[in-house]
Amino acid sequence: MDVQNDKTCNHCSVSDSDKKISRRDFLGIAAFWSCITAWVVTIAGLAKFPMPALLPDISSAFKIGKPEEIPVGSEKLYPDKKVLVKRDEKGISAVSLVCTHLGCIVGKTEQGGFSCPCHGSKFDSNGNVVAGPAPKGLNWLEVSRLPNGKLVVDNNKFVPEGTTFVV
Amino acid sequence: MAIKNFIENLKNLPKTFQESFFRHDKPTSDRSRSQVVFGNSFLHVFSTRVHRYSLKKTFTFGLGIMAAGSFVILIITGILLMVYYKPSVELAYDSIKDIQYIVPGGNFIRNVHRAATNVMIVAVFLHMARVFYTAAYKRTRQFNWLIGIILLALTLMMSFTGYLLPWDQLAYWAVMIATNIAASFNELTDALNITRYVDLGAFMKIFLLGSKDVGQDALTRFYWLHCIILPVALTLFLLAHMWRVRKDGGLARPDKLKESDLKGTPKDELSDKVFEYAPQKTYGLMCLVKGKSNAVSRGPEQTVSSWPHMFTRIIAVFMLTFAVTCVYAFFVEAPLKEMANPSVPENPAKAPWYFLGLQELVSYSAFMGGIGIPTLVLLGLALIPYLDREPQEIGRWLKDKESRKVTWLSFGWAAVITLGMLIFTVNCGWLRNWFPQIPQLVITFVNPGTVLVVLFIAWSIYCMAKYKSTRMAAISLFTCFLVSFIILTYFATVHRGPNWDFYWSKAHWPMH
Repeated sequence: MDVQNDKTCNHCSVSDSDKKISRRDFLGIAAFWSCITAWVVTIAGLAKFPMPALLPDISSAFKIGKPEEIPVGSEKLYPDKKVLVKRDEKGISAVSLVCTHLGCIVGKTEQGGFSCPCHGSKFDSNGNVVAGPAPKGLNWLEVSRLPNGKLVVDNNKFVPEGTTFVV
Repeated sequence: MAIKNFIENLKNLPKTFQESFFRHDKPTSDRSRSQVVFGNSFLHVFSTRVHRYSLKKTFTFGLGIMAAGSFVILIITGILLMVYYKPSVELAYDSIKDIQYIVPGGNFIRNVHRAATNVMIVAVFLHMARVFYTAAYKRTRQFNWLIGIILLALTLMMSFTGYLLPWDQLAYWAVMIATNIAASFNELTDALNITRYVDLGAFMKIFLLGSKDVGQDALTRFYWLHCIILPVALTLFLLAHMWRVRKDGGLARPDKLKESDLKGTPKDELSDKVFEYAPQKTYGLMCLVKGKSNAVSRGPEQTVSSWPHMFTRIIAVFMLTFAVTCVYAFFVEAPLKEMANPSVPENPAKAPWYFLGLQELVSYSAFMGGIGIPTLVLLGLALIPYLDREPQEIGRWLKDKESRKVTWLSFGWAAVITLGMLIFTVNCGWLRNWFPQIPQLVITFVNPGTVLVVLFIAWSIYCMAKYKSTRMAAISLFTCFLVSFIILTYFATVHRGPNWDFYWSKAHWPMH
């Protein structure tokens, strides 16, 4: 059998180790592994099904009006958006009120800082962590101007602490 | 002729139907009592004869049956609640209110559902402790212990996913916190500055919530998990768990039994029969069973017929569970707060009691408290039978003096360390209060929770070296885990108030 095979295949070089597997075994092993591959690929594909292709969330950006409408020294809370917008001499800035620990909403304290009701993280007026389990300070958000002059805050775009939009 | 036969058949219908339904005689002989069990597809997970020691009340306390029984109650009440519940953000809260105030008996069914959850969780933990302290995870039972750990995890996941469904303030914020815990890989990746490359946190969040926020998609997913995926998974694993008990030769029992060990257990005619040499097979298929299965080459010594002795006991424990649940449900109302409000968190936002120990750890570090330590604990529990392979007698509560001593010492050690750590943290704060500029990575890995874990592991290694026994190491670690779980749960339930600050009791909470 082997000799015959060599004759029919004398144009190709077959090493000894390749010859040891019979056609029947080869087909069996190939069928087994293609079965496994099919299962693995199918399960991996199905497991991806719950990953949404499109997030149902509403836009993270929202308008806060024209700069003239925001007086210097004012602070405005947007409870739905969980954002605090303030304006000082330097410009307009926005700070997210979502605690960086586990997503509760921080509240203003009498000292001007923020504190989280859920696990007691405390932040100073610039959002830096003072105490508690929060791994980092409150996020500062990007403020930008639309062509029509209105300002937009984006809840998804973080900027370094102290960044202000200069009017 | 055919008409005559037909009328005859009609007359015999009750009898022929009964004969087709029960294909054996009334369970009056040993043979027909066995047939009741192995001829029935549902009872077949049990063996036909059960050892007298397995029916000893003070050995099992019926805890496993209690856990399974409360699961049955949960399925029945859960199916009833599904009739009126509407899994939509707008309607969920109102439909729970309907169940609470309009549907006849709705309030009670909801209370029973919640009560049975609590009973199930307590029973599961106690059952695990029973199996551990009687060393019943040894000798061919390793894998069933592993299935048990999976069942524990599934039980906790079931109760957690059910928590969101009322869509009230408590539910919304507890789930917000919990999904952020799942996303707290960010704490680690942010500290290492690699979030841009591997954003595991965001992946977990979107996978769980189907969104970046807790909203309709989260409710749909949790409903789907709570009502289909998890119950089916739990049922399948539970069947495997019970089947394995049978295949591992019944519940664990000591090799040498004295008559006093069997006091108070039932007996039948076959119980006292001793076979000169063990029969090689009991019926057809058994001749194939060889090797590691415990039932091979064993006669029926000291066993009794499962029907009726075991089944009456199972039903008794089930009825007791049912009664306890109903009484609990009658006196304790299932909570329902205001409708979920995404802009104002509950203060304090507390998870259900069985997660509060975890929440205390989370208040030190989201990643280690919420992911690191729980993973370590589950992994540690799962590996116990594989790392402690010492031959020893099984099936007795803490048999020797030494293991009792280690248990008490570990109890003391864990209680002192855990309480000391809590008192210290409440009074003195932790690293960030002393060094405000300390890097987050240090706090993630060095916080009261991780220090406790390290001290427990150190104690366990000390016990292993001192008593030269892996079983002692396992006992010390398991006891520490149990004690600190209880203390942390108690502490977070009673002494944590608004802003997660320490208060002696709820009466001291500030008004807000």
